[in-house]
Amino acid sequence: MTTLALFIVFLPLLGFVLAGGLGEKLGDRFSQISTSALMGISTSLAIYLFFKMGLKEETLVVSLFTWIHVELFDVAWGLQIDSLSLVMMAVVTLVSFMVHLYSIGYMKGDPSIPRFMGYLSLFTFFMLTLVTAPNFLQMFFGWEGVGLCSYLLIGYWYDRERANAAAIKAFLVNRIGDIGFVLGIIIIFSLFGTLDFLAVFEIVEEHQQETITFLNWQIPALTLASFLFFFGAMGKSAQIGLHTWLPDAMEGPTPVSALIHAATMVTAGVFLIVRISPILEYAPLAREFITLIGTFTAIMAATIACVQNDIKRIIAYSTCSQLGYMFMAAGLSAYSASMFHLTTHAFFKALLFLGAGSVIHAMSDEHNIQKMGGIWKFIPVTYAVMWVGSLALAGIPFFAGFYSKDIILEADWVSQLPVGHIAFWGGMFAAILTAFYAWRLLLLTFNGKPRADDVVMGHIHESPIIMLVPIIILAIGSVFSGSLLDLLFVGEETTFWGMAIFVLPQDEVIEAAHHVVEWVHWAPTIAAFFGIAIAYLLYQFAPSLPEKLSQTFKYLYNFLYHQWYFDKLYNWMFVTPTLKTSQVLWEEGDQEIIDGLGPNGLGFLSLASGGFLCRLQTGYVYHYAFAMIIGITFMMAWYFWG
Amino acid sequence: MLTSLPLLSITIFLPLLGAFAILLNWGNKQTSLAMNARWVALWTSLVTLGLAITLWWNFDASSSEFQLQDKFQWMPLLNMGYHVGLDGISLPLFLLSAFLIPLCVLVSWTSIQNKVPEYMVAFLVLETFLLGMFSALDFILFYLFFESVLIPMFLIIGIWGGSNRIYAAFKFFLYTLLGSILSLLAIIYIYFEVGSSSIPAALVTPFDPQIQTWLWLAFFASFAVKIPMWPLHTWLPDAHVEAPTAGSVILAGVLLKMGGYGFIRFSLSMFPEASSYFTPMVFTLSIIAIIYTSLVALAQKDMKKLIAYASVAHMGFVTLGIFTADAQGIQGAIMQMVSHGLVSAALFICVGVVYDRLHSREIADYGGIVHIMPRYAIFFMFFILASIGLPGTSGFVGEFLILLGAFQVNTWATLLAATGMVLGVAYALWLYRRVVFGQLSNPKLKELTDLDWREKIVFGPLAASVLIFGLYPMPVLILAEASVAKVIDQFNLALEVDGNLLVDSKKSLEVALLRKGQ
Repeated sequence: MTTLALFIVFLPLLGFVLAGGLGEKLGDRFSQISTSALMGISTSLAIYLFFKMGLKEETLVVSLFTWIHVELFDVAWGLQIDSLSLVMMAVVTLVSFMVHLYSIGYMKGDPSIPRFMGYLSLFTFFMLTLVTAPNFLQMFFGWEGVGLCSYLLIGYWYDRERANAAAIKAFLVNRIGDIGFVLGIIIIFSLFGTLDFLAVFEIVEEHQQETITFLNWQIPALTLASFLFFFGAMGKSAQIGLHTWLPDAMEGPTPVSALIHAATMVTAGVFLIVRISPILEYAPLAREFITLIGTFTAIMAATIACVQNDIKRIIAYSTCSQLGYMFMAAGLSAYSASMFHLTTHAFFKALLFLGAGSVIHAMSDEHNIQKMGGIWKFIPVTYAVMWVGSLALAGIPFFAGFYSKDIILEADWVSQLPVGHIAFWGGMFAAILTAFYAWRLLLLTFNGKPRADDVVMGHIHESPIIMLVPIIILAIGSVFSGSLLDLLFVGEETTFWGMAIFVLPQDEVIEAAHHVVEWVHWAPTIAAFFGIAIAYLLYQFAPSLPEKLSQTFKYLYNFLYHQWYFDKLYNWMFVTPTLKTSQVLWEEGDQEIIDGLGPNGLGFLSLASGGFLCRLQTGYVYHYAFAMIIGITFMMAWYFWG
Repeated sequence: MLTSLPLLSITIFLPLLGAFAILLNWGNKQTSLAMNARWVALWTSLVTLGLAITLWWNFDASSSEFQLQDKFQWMPLLNMGYHVGLDGISLPLFLLSAFLIPLCVLVSWTSIQNKVPEYMVAFLVLETFLLGMFSALDFILFYLFFESVLIPMFLIIGIWGGSNRIYAAFKFFLYTLLGSILSLLAIIYIYFEVGSSSIPAALVTPFDPQIQTWLWLAFFASFAVKIPMWPLHTWLPDAHVEAPTAGSVILAGVLLKMGGYGFIRFSLSMFPEASSYFTPMVFTLSIIAIIYTSLVALAQKDMKKLIAYASVAHMGFVTLGIFTADAQGIQGAIMQMVSHGLVSAALFICVGVVYDRLHSREIADYGGIVHIMPRYAIFFMFFILASIGLPGTSGFVGEFLILLGAFQVNTWATLLAATGMVLGVAYALWLYRRVVFGQLSNPKLKELTDLDWREKIVFGPLAASVLIFGLYPMPVLILAEASVAKVIDQFNLALEVDGNLLVDSKKSLEVALLRKGQ
């Protein structure tokens, strides 16, 4: 089993090495085939392992070799395979494999295909080390690694100024979150003396009352650690406040958006939170905070998605919003529901992105849905899968999203925590918006009269088979993954998660969620249909209405259109002051004050008193040696006469 | 067999032998003279590196004692002598110096065309001084090496440097003179107090806490300039900018570490009470260094200046780590010094590579060179990532251990130092974006060529060691473990004796864990 798991993790790395090392010599085709084939093998092994071990609730922890060992601090490279990591491995490899295949078609004609394929494989490797990490530090290794790949792939088209800016922004914002992650790791070590998940979780109960002095306050240690980890998760999973990088990240190629910024990397934050469930269980305050942030993010992102015109930006905000749902559930101890939504979301969101990529491909790189319309007849397969993706996203019965979103909202309803009801109603509101923006996108993109010019319309074509196959596979997943995994992941009797997820008895919500009143059960579906109805009203039956509404509610519309002014606010609050401070410190601090009082000031004095600088120029080494000799003479004199 | 030879002394003085060989001036034409000098310098430094690795091989990491000692009484009357030896604190830096000099020779292979033999002699002499400085176990010897290092460095900057080299050398001179005279006074005092100039003897001599304060300050003046700490750092950017590439490599790679080495070997080990007393000040200055210089780095328009300021920020982590006086902090500081030695050397070479081609260090003159120098772009990216401390590179291990160590002592310091992680990303990636990414705007850039074989040979070992120490830093950490533990034990013992040991949360954790283990 160990070898198998190692193969799953390291085959993508081999793919990266092959594509990166030999891709230039052996050509694009070689790098496409080698990375995709290795990814394919890795995927089949991951799925095999999922059935072999996941269904039997086996846990495997392997330690490979020491990474850092200083005194009591001891961390080793290793693997931890339990149901949590198995689910993630299967999801990550499968989506990654699909994206690899899709990229062969999508990136056709790009000048540096080996680099692209290599980055995709490297990303997959880092993501797999993240999900299989047996300790916090290796998880951080994967965490930063995927961040790096995200940076490299957002800025993949490095000629474009905006792509470069977006790449740096993504890295920077994530790094702000990482301060939380690193401090969290440090606190875990100072509490438990180890960073291994199993060792920490075993003794977490004994430490539940402990406090720690952080800055000037005495804070319950587990609560503090949870807050810090969640701060890291907020960066990676683009939660409100640290989300601003995600929409900009859409500057990267669309397959990247599907893999990294929808299905896998951005869910790493959720994975982290679920992974540390034994700690979170003793930090109810932090969990309430997580739920609140998740709820606000779900609403905020959904409202913004309703008025955006860039097809990828809409889906990006949708991702942000859906991640909010996952946190909402995790905060209320419905970790398994959170993982369930993560899984189904990976399918339908990757599908939506790849479908959007197919649209963009067909529309000669047009991103603005206001300039599309009337194209469904030309690209029927894409149209169909976009429908499937939207149905799953909106949570229409029997599509994947229905099951996972349903259990989340039910868990919100039954939760004992006071924020449960806020989460429920917030989630309901966001569900209406979700359905609305999904159909707004569908209707504006595919239906109605064509708004693109004739040149673009003349070029419209369905994507090649190499792009359609992955989309169709993901579409199948978007239809069935919910119903197939429902019982296994969040069924009343399920023991699937075993030791991987820990919930205190008093926090148990999943079971109760199966016995909610009937209207709670159907409410999300009704909300979805309501949202769809509004979308049809506005964009099919009364197409002049949206324009009028945006005029009437001008301020609200601008507020949403400018994405709640987060970027403007941050520029004003952080970016400009930082740059200004750096300029001032450089010009005034270093050049004026330090140098002025120090060497230059003294230099000026000595210059005035007799051209010291000139003499220095000819003999400074001599002077220097002279000073040394004086010193030694002085010392000897002291010895003899002292 | 090897142990019977004075292997350490041979290693230290071999470069000097090479320098003499170059001075013998064989070859009649100017060109063959230069070529011979290059080859002699390269081979000498490579053999020295080989010997240094042999020393490493013969070194027993489980012992905290000074090893491979060579002793020779040359002033028995004065109780001074030639005495060298290595322990786990000096050996990593000793190896680092021996590793970087061959690279310096290779880096200067074509870029230095003027007075080549003299240049190579300067570097070989510098190597002897550096190796001697890290291994000296006699105060007088240490002081001689410590100060002599500056002479070849002055020459390298002053003769082969840029246009404003006199100003830079002047600044360098002013700062170091101040520090060195004060440390000389301290050494004289220690000499009379201990009765000999032996460093091992001084290490076991308890000094009066009152006096310690003065001695500590005297040494601090010297080391804080070297490392350099804020606000004594402004000589460094100027020196870097004016120095030739190899000069910057050795300046950032090794010379700055003299300060860090001095802090561990002298300040912390000999003056524990004073170190403990001054810890808040050192922390404050370190934090200021990390944040302030990172911000200043953001404002730079000159590539070398930017990297020089980044060095000051990284050294801020080192001083923070050393004065945590716990195992993670100090070992982290040693790891950070080794890592920074490799990474900053590599980054200065990265600047040197394009400087050799375009003769400009202005960031604005570049942009889009990934189009014509893709391999260069890969190496540059890798070292930028190491500089920002990405896990998997050596930069992460040191920074993380320092933060971990600092947290046990002061959480404010940890939090503020951690912001350096963000600022580091800002200046490093922004530099990379402006130089490497974007469109090829400057028409002159079109004529650049990608890395040649020589440059690849230089980058290869640097990149490999950064990656290896990132994934498996244990070679360095094991080496330092016993010696660092000894320093910490002595430090804690001294404070305990004084009865003013503060309640140490870390200590209580250890005790608790040990109890649990039993």
